[in-house]
Parts: sequence; C-alpha cells; structure tokens
Amino acid sequence: MNKDFDVIVVGGGHNGLTTAAYLAKAGKKVLVLERRYLVGGAAVSEEIYPGFIYTVCSYVVSLLRPEVIQELELYKHGLHLLPTDSGFIPMENGDYLARYPDHARSLDEIRRHSLRDADVHDEFDNMLYEIAFAVKPILGYTPPNLTNPGLSGTQTLNRFRKHLQSLGKEKFHWFTKIMTMSVYDFLSEWFESDVLISSISLNGIIGTMLGIKSPGTAYVLLHHYMGELDGAYSAWASQKGGTGGVSEAIASAARSYGSEIRVNAPVKQVIVKNGRAIGVALENGDELYADIVVSGADPYVTFRKLVDEKDLPTELVESIDNFKFRGSSGKVNLSLDALPDFPAMKDKSLMQGGIYICPSTDFMEQAYDDAKYDDFSKRPFLECVIPTAVDPSMAPPGKHVMSIFVQWASYNMPKYGDRDQQREAFGNAVLDTLAEFCPNIKDLILHQQVLTPWDIEDSIGLTQGNIFGGELTLDQLFFFRPAIGWADYKTPIRNYYQCGSGTHPGGGITGGPGRLAALRILKDGA
Amino acid sequence: MKPTPFHPRTSELLDSYDWNEWSGWLSANVYDLNPTHEYLAIRTSCGVFDTSPLYKYQIQGRDALKLINRVITQDVTRYAVGKSMYSPWCDDKGKIIDDGIVAWVDDNSFRMTTAEPTLFWLEDNAINLDVSIEDITEAYAIMAFQGPYSREVLKRLTKADVNGLKYFSLMDIELAGIPITLSRTGFTGDMGYELWVEPDKAVALWDAIFEVGQDYRIRPFGDYALDIARIEAGLLLAKVDFNSSTKVMYEHEKSTPLELGLSWAVKLGKDYFVGQKALIKDKKVGLKWNTVGLEVDLKSLESIYAKYGMPLSLPYRSWGEAVPVYSQGKLIGKATSGTWSPMLKKYIAIARIKPQYAKLGNQIEMEVTVDAERHNAKAKIVKMPFFNPSRKMS
Repeated sequence: MNKDFDVIVVGGGHNGLTTAAYLAKAGKKVLVLERRYLVGGAAVSEEIYPGFIYTVCSYVVSLLRPEVIQELELYKHGLHLLPTDSGFIPMENGDYLARYPDHARSLDEIRRHSLRDADVHDEFDNMLYEIAFAVKPILGYTPPNLTNPGLSGTQTLNRFRKHLQSLGKEKFHWFTKIMTMSVYDFLSEWFESDVLISSISLNGIIGTMLGIKSPGTAYVLLHHYMGELDGAYSAWASQKGGTGGVSEAIASAARSYGSEIRVNAPVKQVIVKNGRAIGVALENGDELYADIVVSGADPYVTFRKLVDEKDLPTELVESIDNFKFRGSSGKVNLSLDALPDFPAMKDKSLMQGGIYICPSTDFMEQAYDDAKYDDFSKRPFLECVIPTAVDPSMAPPGKHVMSIFVQWASYNMPKYGDRDQQREAFGNAVLDTLAEFCPNIKDLILHQQVLTPWDIEDSIGLTQGNIFGGELTLDQLFFFRPAIGWADYKTPIRNYYQCGSGTHPGGGITGGPGRLAALRILKDGA
Repeated sequence: MKPTPFHPRTSELLDSYDWNEWSGWLSANVYDLNPTHEYLAIRTSCGVFDTSPLYKYQIQGRDALKLINRVITQDVTRYAVGKSMYSPWCDDKGKIIDDGIVAWVDDNSFRMTTAEPTLFWLEDNAINLDVSIEDITEAYAIMAFQGPYSREVLKRLTKADVNGLKYFSLMDIELAGIPITLSRTGFTGDMGYELWVEPDKAVALWDAIFEVGQDYRIRPFGDYALDIARIEAGLLLAKVDFNSSTKVMYEHEKSTPLELGLSWAVKLGKDYFVGQKALIKDKKVGLKWNTVGLEVDLKSLESIYAKYGMPLSLPYRSWGEAVPVYSQGKLIGKATSGTWSPMLKKYIAIARIKPQYAKLGNQIEMEVTVDAERHNAKAKIVKMPFFNPSRKMS
C-alpha cells in the first residue's frame, strides 16, 4: 500500500495540532484531519452572534507548557496572552472578597475578612508553591509503565522520588495530605474565613463530578498551582481574540513546518491490518494511508470508536469503559449591550479578572448535591470572565462578551424533558443565579449561547462533555491516564498512538500530551 | 516638583502614589500597581502617557532649516513641511549629546523635542544665522496616545483625515473642538500618536479622549510600561543606554551615534553638521562598539536558579543598570537595559559590545545575580527591534 503521509493525526484539537507541529518540525510529512470547519477542538473562538466573538468552551489559559511556547515559537504565530490576575467574589450579604494583582492590596482585603487568615496566607502559598515546584517536573515526563518500567521508566521514577525527597519532612507531610484530602478539609486546616476557603476551593473541583468536600479534590488544587509556577509564560490569562487564538497559533506553527491541516474531514475509522495501523477511512469514503496514526481524541473515542474492540486486549477495553468522563460543567456565553453591574464591586478594574459566584462553602457543596442525581445545580457555581474588558477586539465598540463557566450539570437530565428543554432549564438557573449578584444582567443580554455537557459532546466530540477528556482525579493521572500500561502514548495496536488531553499530563490548554506524544513517536523511530 | 497640565487627571487616576521626577515635573511610574496591564493597553487596546515634560523648542526664521541641518545628523533637506524626523545630534568629536524629534511645521518653522535642555546648544550654533529660538516647553502639553485602537478613537473625535496621516507626519486639526497638533510619532514601537495642546485645554482633551476611549479599554500608562515597550521596540533611552557627552566627564562614558546603531539616522554625506568630520573618520577607522539586541537563554537561566533550588525568575519590570557581557568568559561589553517581553515571551536586552562579537546569532553570556552571587547566563545576538508590528507604520 502506498502511503500518502508519514503521520496522520486524527482530530485538530490543540494537542493534535501540537503533535503535528513537533512531528512536522522533525521532518515528517504530517496531515491533521479535523471533523469541524475549524481547528481547536475545545479551544475555539467563534462568532456565533454577528460582531461578538465567544470563547465557546475553554476560556482561560494557565497551564500551557512553557517548552511548547518556546519550541514552537508560538509568539511568532500569534500567541498573545492577556493576564487575568484579579478575582472578585460577591457574597450573599452584599459584601465581597477581592484578589488584586497587587499582593499587599490582596492581603489587606483578606485582613478585612480575617486577620488570622491574612497572616497565614503567605505561609500557605509558600507551602503549596514548594510542593508544586517539587511535583511539577512530572508534567514533562512520559509516565513509566509500572508493570514493566524498563530503564528509562526506572530513571523517571527515580527522578520523581528525588523531587519528593527534596521536600523535607514537614512539606512531605502536607504533600501526603494534599494527595488524599478534600480541598475543603485541607483549606480548613489553614483558614477560617468561609468565603476565602470557598474561593480557593473552586480550584479543586473544576472539571470533576466531585464537591469541595469530596476526598481527592485537594490534589486538583495543586495541579492548578503548577500552572501558576510558570507565571511568566502563562499565568492565568486569556488569549487575545479568545482561546481559539491559541489553537490558531499552534496550527500556524504546524503549517510553517510543512504540516497539512484539513478541516471538514471527519474520520470514521482507523484502518488496522495485522495489528498495525496503516491509515484512516474518512466518513466520505476516502482512505488515506500513513506509517503512523495518532488520535487526538479522548480515550473513549480513541479506543472504543476509532478502532475495533477485537484489536484490543480485554483489560484495556474494560479500563476505558471504567474511565470516568462524567461531564460536570456547562457553559453560557453572552453578548452584552454594556458592562454588567455588580453592586458589590467597588473597584471596577475587577471587571478585568475572574468573577466567581461561590459566596460560601455551603453554597458550593449544595450546588454539588443537586447535581449528583442526574440534575444540574439549582444555584450553580459560576466563573465569569469578560474578555472584552481587556480585549476590545472581541465585540463592537462599547459592547461586551461574557463567558460563564458553570458547575455542576449532569450529562443526562431527563426530568426536564428533551435536550432543548434541559438546556433551557439549565440556562435559566445560571442566569437567575447570576442575577442575584448582578441584577441588570438580563436586561443587557443581546444573545446567549447555552451548552450543557451533552451539547459539549455533541459539538466538540468530548465524551459526555468532560472538558478534560477524562476527569482529573488521582486515580486517572500519570501512570493511570488513560489506563495502566498504556500511559506512554502507545496503544496495543502498532503504529497507533494517542496524544489528547486524556493522556498525561492531561486536561486544560497545556500542549503537554501533544508534545510528549510526538517525542515518544520520534523516539520509537518513526 | 511641578504638576503638568494633565495633572488634575493623572493624579486622580494614580492609585499607586508612585511618581517620579522628570526634568522637574511629576511623572507617573505606574497608575494601578501592575504595569503589565498598562503595557498591554499599548499593545492591544490604547493608552495615554503624559509626555509634557519633554523640552520643546520653536525654531523660526529664514535660516531655521540651515540651523537644524547644522545641528542634527539627519538630512532635513530630504524631508518636507508636515513631516518629522528622529535624529541624534553630536558634539564636535561626534559624541552624542541627545536625540529627539524634529518636526517641520511650516516653511521657516520647526519644532524640536529633546530630553535635555538644548537652548544653549541651539543658540551657540545659530551665530550669524537669521533665526529665532524659543523655549516653548511650557507653552504646550503633549499626550502620547499609543496602541492599535488609538486611530479608531481619534477618528470618532474629528473630521480630519486621520487615516491619511502617515508615519512621522503631523497636521493641525480640531479634536472634539480643541485645536491640537496631531503627530504620528511615539516611543512605544506601536501604532500611535502624539498630541500637542495648549495647557489650558489639556484636561478637556484628556476627557474627550477618555470618554470615547472607554469603548476601547483605554488606560493611562506610566514609565514602567513605557520602558518595556520601548525596549521591545529597540529604542534607546538617554541616561540609560547612552549618556549625553555634555553631562559626563570621561571619554569612555561617551558614545557616537554610529556605535549606538543609529547610522540610519546619520547622513554623513550631507552638508556640514556638528561632528561630521569626526564621525566620517570614526567610520573609516572602524567602530569601537556595536549596539545589539540580546536574547537571554531561558534554559540556561533556569539552570542557574535550579542550583539554588529555585524556579526561574524573570524581570517583570525593565532594568537599566548596566551589567557585564562576556564571550567565553572574556569581557566584551555591557547590557544597558533589559526586560521580560510579555509580548514575545522572551528575556531581551540592549547591549553595547565589541564589533567582532556582534554577528547575528552569536552566542555570548550576560551576567545575572542570584542571591548576591554572580553567574553568566547564555544569550545570543538577535535583530532589533525585537518587536515590530506592521501596524506601527500602516
């Protein structure tokens, strides 16, 4: 069979594009096939309502790996990150908690809520920072195969051990706590201010079907801290023109190295012959052949849809079927006639950062309780960002767009009727909750887009709408992502690789899986 | 210190209490404690910098052109009324005294902005010329209005042909009913303008710009943000990247514009100008120094911090105290200013080094200090400007 390409990447999400860019840079003839009309997967900007650009799904960049930015020279290709380093949390009694870009001012603000918390805050930060610094290098390692680590796997494990040993006794103690506790319990050992605990705890539950009191969530907090470590490169930021710009930048880099990218080209199946991937069959009937096929889709699509069960060992099929996707978040995008008014917000510069509806820990836990039973939160936790407050290019002059990340919502919510009815009920709950803290929001809405987890699956292709391509919980990380024995980007099918967010180091706009997968493919002598 | 004509507005917006002194005037370092936001306004929306403290001179008379052409290294005869030019000027030994913008406003009339007081120097060179020189520093306030949306804002405030105003051109217009001189110049390396206005109309101009600017996320910005932008743009700053030859005592502290990489603004072949002979000779003999761009290798820097068990730390604010630059351990010059470039995600610096090491791509080292211990981080020679968007001149 004549090959058309050296490598075909299935799925033009940001990780697929990253793999393509690295392989093309190494001289491979690469083709990326994207089902939709644009690349980016969950990191796309789309003009759904004329003149207003939505960051449809993912809306902040924090964990984009610095080595990816550097090695692909993404700034040359339009990467342009605008920091969103303030935070505003309105409370139910009309008060608020704010975080400012200026550290002293932030401490002053915490002091207003608890003198004790302000005093201990820096110590807490340092503790987490140090643990994150020790653990962070694992984000750049290929997970070793625990059952058969080999030389390089043993080296990786050894390096990991060294990093942990560098923590010292006291920090190691905190490390073990952070790996096991709930984010609420962990924070309660340090802080007394309820709204402060609530505001930090949200980092423990994003993208998971877990509440702030569920064990294991403290680790997710650490995961987010690792992003802050590379603050220089990425901090918490939004991309100019929306997160689609990050995907566009990576795509532009890939093209500059000679990779071809085809949109509107859905792949039906990976063609496997004698246990070896030899190409792909497109939905339009075309067949394309290559030495290597890489899937940028999530593990469910990679193993359960693109290939046939008979080509895989039963244990792996079982593992993938047990892998937790459980979409838990939705998204509401608004076009606004003017900046919304939060009566509790005294300093309007806080509009430029995150606005978090998480007024208390009870509010957060209650929101999770509602959603446990095939439902959405009656008063959901919301993370609102108004990208136009810093980037006027996303809406007409004087107008704004608002991105609202919502948690929690279940994949199935049959009690509300069909999918349209579910979406409507969910959207109403979001806007009603927001209106409690921002009374004029409904009057300003020119257009709204509501996405339930089901919509995210339907439009982006993420199984059950899980934004991380599989939950980021301890049992699904590193060696376990997506399955033990298959965390090194390979699959049981020869020449068939995986590079999506469902592999290490996982979800968010990181480019990490894409880069490590490319390096693995090159190392295997492709 | 004196307040500028914009002071009623700048002082209102300055949350940081962070002023500096600029030629005896109050000038903002940063308005709201985080210069990054102000920097980003320059690069993504639009921002306003109060540049009123610049020294300003009006040179008028039959021999005005003659005087200007005698003083500066640029060739004025290549320009025309309504154009402005950047130029250094030198002493008799070809050493730079200062640099600034010369605007040709009318047939026999020029305006000049300078960093240092220049009246004495201009008068000295005007002997036997039919020319009048007037210090108009306090007769105008100047607002630098910079950023990709600056033009959109201006267009909403005037009927004048803002689109038609080319890079380094100027025109007198009415903006929101206020007479101003609009000049397509700036110190940020981005699209931008400078607006000359009479002091009693300064606040009204500020208000008009900010009212429309709200729709484009306008911000005031201070020195910290400006300095990041000007380093990215490869623009040299007096007293930081070079000294005025009249302000220092020793030869080694002085530089020629050729050594500063400004040969494009030195027209050696034109009629006589101060320093011409010395510069021609210098060029023939060979320059002692070259000014180059440096890009610090982040992996190398990271490994230095790793020795201390620390994560990489970067200069989020620009620095301007010179540090030594080496080639394989041998001292070859100094870096005079540097910054983390939020735009390029690179650590960049401007350096003056011996010419034999100045080839693009050359690997050298720059001194960094961690915990009061000295180290050399790898760096390479790169092209300046570091950042040069097409909109700057479009």
